[in-house]
Formats: sequence, C-alpha cells, structure tokens
Amino acid sequence: MDDLLSIEDLDAGMITRILDTAEGLKDIAVRPIKKVPVLRGRTVCNLFYEDSTRTRISFEVAEKRLSADVINFSAKGSSVSKGESLKDTALTLQAMGVDAIVIRHSSSGAPRRLTEWVDAKVLNAGDGWHQHPTQALLDLFTIRERMGRLEGLNVAICGDVVHSRVARSLVQGLRIMGAEVTLVGPPTLMPAQVDSWDVTVSHDLDGMLADLDVCYLLRVQNERMAEQFFPSVREYARIWGMDIDRLEVMPEHAIVMHPGPMNRGVEISADVADAEQAVIVDQVTNGVAVRMACLYLMLGGEQAGAVSEVTPA
Amino acid sequence: MTGNVVVEGEVIRSVGEESAGLRIECEGLICTSGLVDLSSHLRQPGREDSEIIATGTAAAAAGGYTAVSAMPTTEPAMDHAGIVEQVLRLARETGRCDVFPVGAITKGRAGHELAEMGAMHEAGVRTFSDAHHAVVSSQVMRRALLYARTWDAIIANHPEDTSLTEGAQMHEGAMSSRLGLKGSPREAEEIIVARDLILAERAGARLHVPHLSTRRAVELVRDAKARGVRVTCDVTPHHLVLDDSNLVDYDTRFKVIPPLRTPDDIAALREGLQDGTIDAITSDHAPHPPDDKDHEWSYAPAGTVGLETTLSVILAELVDPDACPDKRGNGTLSMAEALALLSSGPAKARDIEGHGRPITAGEPANLLLFDPGVIWSVVGDELRTRSRNTAFEGHEVRGRAVHTVLRGKFTLNDGKVV
Ligand SMILES: [Zn+2]
Repeated sequence: MDDLLSIEDLDAGMITRILDTAEGLKDIAVRPIKKVPVLRGRTVCNLFYEDSTRTRISFEVAEKRLSADVINFSAKGSSVSKGESLKDTALTLQAMGVDAIVIRHSSSGAPRRLTEWVDAKVLNAGDGWHQHPTQALLDLFTIRERMGRLEGLNVAICGDVVHSRVARSLVQGLRIMGAEVTLVGPPTLMPAQVDSWDVTVSHDLDGMLADLDVCYLLRVQNERMAEQFFPSVREYARIWGMDIDRLEVMPEHAIVMHPGPMNRGVEISADVADAEQAVIVDQVTNGVAVRMACLYLMLGGEQAGAVSEVTPA
Repeated sequence: MTGNVVVEGEVIRSVGEESAGLRIECEGLICTSGLVDLSSHLRQPGREDSEIIATGTAAAAAGGYTAVSAMPTTEPAMDHAGIVEQVLRLARETGRCDVFPVGAITKGRAGHELAEMGAMHEAGVRTFSDAHHAVVSSQVMRRALLYARTWDAIIANHPEDTSLTEGAQMHEGAMSSRLGLKGSPREAEEIIVARDLILAERAGARLHVPHLSTRRAVELVRDAKARGVRVTCDVTPHHLVLDDSNLVDYDTRFKVIPPLRTPDDIAALREGLQDGTIDAITSDHAPHPPDDKDHEWSYAPAGTVGLETTLSVILAELVDPDACPDKRGNGTLSMAEALALLSSGPAKARDIEGHGRPITAGEPANLLLFDPGVIWSVVGDELRTRSRNTAFEGHEVRGRAVHTVLRGKFTLNDGKVV
C-alpha cells in the first residue's frame, strides 16, 4: 500500500485486507508484552496541525506497538501568516529521512499537497471536511466484528454530514463494501448535490429506525447552531437525537456508533451512550489495531513476514 | 487579412498598397488590431514581488495586447487620483502597452465609502471597480451608479454576495462535496448580477459585469440587454475552458475567483459569446508569487496569469482552425468573432480609446500579427510575467503573437519583447 489519503483510493479487496490484518494485530493488545518488531528502525512522524489528542494518541500507541521510532510534531494554529508553512515543514521532515508522516490538518487536501513535497509515505489522519480514512476503516472493522459482515447492511449516518470528514469517508467505505447508506438530518446539513453520493437521503429519523442495522451519529458542533444550520440544540435533539425511546424501536441486533467526542444530550442521550447497543468504546479500541494495520501495510511490514508469525519483541 | 498595411509615424497611412516604408514579413500571419484587456492585476505599487508594470505590460505585449486595464489591487488601493497618476507615470516610463487604470469604487476597496471618482476621472479613469471585492451594500452600489453618471463612467462590480461565500474555496457542487471544501454557490453571483442590473436600469447608469461564470448570470444579462439596460460583460478564458473537475488533486493553480464551475456553465458562457450577450474575453491576469500559491488549498490566494495565453487558449479551444475566418465551422466562434471579443469588444465596452479600431487609414497603428497555426505547450517558467501561476500549465494551445505594434512601434518583434 502506498499513501493513504482517502477511502476512494481503496477497493473492496484492499479494505478487506486491512481489516483482516487488523484482526491479527488486535491480539497484540491482549498479550503481556504489547509490542512487535515489524517497524523497528522505521521513523514515523505525527504531524498535527489541528488538535486531536484522541487520534494522535491512537496513532502513537499503534506506532509504538509496531516498534517504530515516533516523532510528534504539533504545529497548532500554524498557517501561512504565522510561522512555518506546511511545505517548509515537509522539506525539513524529508531532510530528516522520515519514513512516514501521519498528518492531521484543518485544510482539506493538505495531505495530498504533502505528497508532492516528500518521498515519505503519507497517512491522512483527518483533513478539513474531506477525509478521515482510518476512522472509516475502524468503523467498518467494528461493524464487521459485531455483524459478521458488511454487505447488505442498512446503515444510517445521522447529523452534520456536510462538515464531516468522518461521514465522507465512511459513506464511501460502506458503499465499496456493499452496505446500504441513508443520510439523515436537516437539509441544511446535507452536502451539495448529495445525489452524486450514491446514498438515500431522509429527514425522518423515526421513520427508518425499525429497519436499521447500524445508526451512526455524527458530532453536532455548537457553532453550527450559531451559524443557523438549525434553530436550537433542543430542537435538534428532539428531531434527530438518539435517545432510549428511539433505541427501543431499532432491531435488537442493531448497534449505535459515534466517532467521539460525544455531545451527550444533543446527538446522543447519556443513557444511549452507555447502553449495551452502543459500541463506541469498541471503536476506540479497534482504532489502534486498524492504524497498526495501515502502517504495517504501508511501511512494507509485509516483507518482514505475516502478522501471525510475528513474535513479541 | 491580406495585403499591405502602411504605417507612418503613429498611424496607419494606407491599407492595401505597396510601400517603401517599414516592412514586416507577414507570410502566414494574421494581422488584426492589438488586443485589449479589461482586467489585469499589475500589482504596482505595493506588491512588486507579484508583478510590476514593466513585467506585466511585457507579458501583455508578448500576448498581443496593446492596451490593458490596470486593476486597483495595488497597495495602497488605487482609490485616489495620486495613485492613478503614479500608475500612469510608471506605465509611460516602463510600460510596453497602454495602461488604463481602473479606479476603486470605494475607499480602500472596502465597500463602504465612495472613493473620489471625480478626481480619478480627471486623472483619466473611465471605469471604477473594487476588483474582487464586491460592493455588497445595495445603498453604496446605488449611489456609486448614480454618482458615476456625472461623467457617464462605468461601474464594474464583482458579482458575489459575500454572505453566501464566506470561507468558500471552490464552486459548490458534487465536487466540493467530494473534496470537503466549502462551496461558493452560483446564486451568490446571480443575486448580485440581478441586483446590479436592477439598480443600473433604474439609475440609467452604465454597468459592466466582470467574469461571468454561471448559466443564470448569462441569462440575466441577456434579458437586461434586451430591455435596453446599459450593461456590458466579460468572461475569462479559464471559465470558458476549465471546470471544477480539475480541482481533484487540490492543485492551487486552479484556484480562481469566481471559482471554476461546471460543463453546463461553460456551455452557457459559450452560447453567450455566440449570441453577443458577452462583449469581451478578459484575461483577468492575476499574478501571485510561487511562495504564495505553494500552500494548502485554503491558504493559497486565488488567481491565474493570463495575458500571454488568452489568445492562444481561445484559438485552441473555441475556434475551428479549418473554418474560414468569418465562419464558425465546428468551433464556438469564428476567427473574426474571437478577435473582436479580444479587441474591439472590450475597447467599446469600457470606452478605451484608440484601441480595437478597424485597420483603416488614419487609425492609430495598434496592431497584432500572429501565427494562427503554431501549436505550443504552456510552460509557466517560460512566461514573461513576474509570477508564473497559470491554470493552463501543460495545456496545448494554438496560435501565437509574432509582432505587436503600439502606435507604429514594435513592442513585440519576431516573438521578442522590445
Ligand atoms: Zn472579480
């Protein structure tokens, strides 16, 4: 695998391979020594232009479990006007011989630009509203783990789709794997020309609950209310928020997902967040395994031998 | 045209006769009046790292232009007579074509207070524009149109309702949804076009709508012209040729204002050229140094250079090379129509005197001789403009200026800027 910039770059075979690899790597987390030497001597830089402690730690744990040398570069608030440009930073990392760069950036397409300036493999850890491929992969992994399959499942993605890199990547991942996707929420939060997305769009969450296998809730940011995408948080929660009453309408086997961090009482009520059907903690756990799998496949871990044969360091 | 053009001093002496005077070998070349641009960002004074009048007008001469309109995107903004005079002086001393300054409509191009149009008019300004800052206030725009009637001057307002485009990075549509970039909806342009047409109609004032980019905007202007509104408009080569699918790799060369739209909009713009709704093709030459463009998409400034490529892009993309000069053949435009849209059309739309004139005795000798057959590839690094951000990098184009003549003197001779 080369750079990982977007789910669009992957096909069903490649996604299955990543998920299968992650399955093998997930065991490492329960071993007494949680480390394998497959990326020993390789240097990975976590280049975070946007705060995200959760994602950065998940990557860092994944990198360390694979024995990579890790550099954390936080360029909070960096932009053209203040401080070093992305290109200059990229050229510095290039000169240092970094093997892979995990980049998080508030500007859509920044990882794509980065590939033009460095030879290192680039892994997109979230860019603007564009893509968050490892999030989509860990979501697919979690769904497959619970449901045993992805094909033919009915998945609703609910909330602020237009501003969501998570939704963008997950929709593509689910469609590639043969799941049916419905986007739910107010029209103000749906992307322009959403018909080009190969999904169904609905504004009626209640009408679809009984047929769902997965209800994926997106984080609703307070600033969306300030920008008048909807009139109030209370109204949003009443029409599109997941609460216990709605959960009970869903089939028994159905699950509720959320990429975190949650706004309890807005898109998800506190009791749903803690319910048996919510797999939000599993998503976090699986995130490490999936990120290990991506780094492993990108950095030529394959040549070091199959994961199953890898022994603890 | 075939035959001889005899130039004596600054004017055309005669056409179609033998002469012992200056001889230019014209075998295989087309002779036409020099091109006229309605929007060139020459950046001087203030942003000399992007462009200066000397390099911008050298690029113009190389592209076949004998006249360009200097936009008020100077620093400070060209919003008073002093800076107009400074630009005119620099143009006289260093320019390789005539420069017609466009004064700002409002102070600092900020959209609030009217700039001193009278003083600027006296200094030679005939058109006022805040460049890529739209006058959003209907009140300010109405006053500007009425006030400009004093001299029957032209107001060219950038059509963009900025309340709909705050933070916008590209055309709003399937592509922006895929790329995760905030979209600029067509209606942002169309609302201001519609409003300005209404205001201009009521005021009886002259309005120029720059760089149309949507189907509806073309329709609005078409309808207004049919009603007799005093409106002219233009379109850029990039909006006639490139659509938003080019943005797939976030290449900032394609970041322009207004944003690249869709094939349907392109078709509508071309229809607008054919039926005469659109008066001119404008380069909207907007140089930015590489350090500014070489950034993440959202941090890069918008704009593409164009003075050296506009003629060639239009000939390559819109004109059928096999059709006779007055026929469209399989092209959007005939050769004659294309040249009119690059020369007499813009000159008429914006009262640019002495340019875009017919080639007849007594007219100023502002001429372009170009080779219509040569095929070449656009290479930014080979351009004469100071900044090389071209949306047509690597694009194969056709036709190239060989000689440009400004009032009887070469500014481009045998492909070399003089
Ligand atoms: Zn403009």
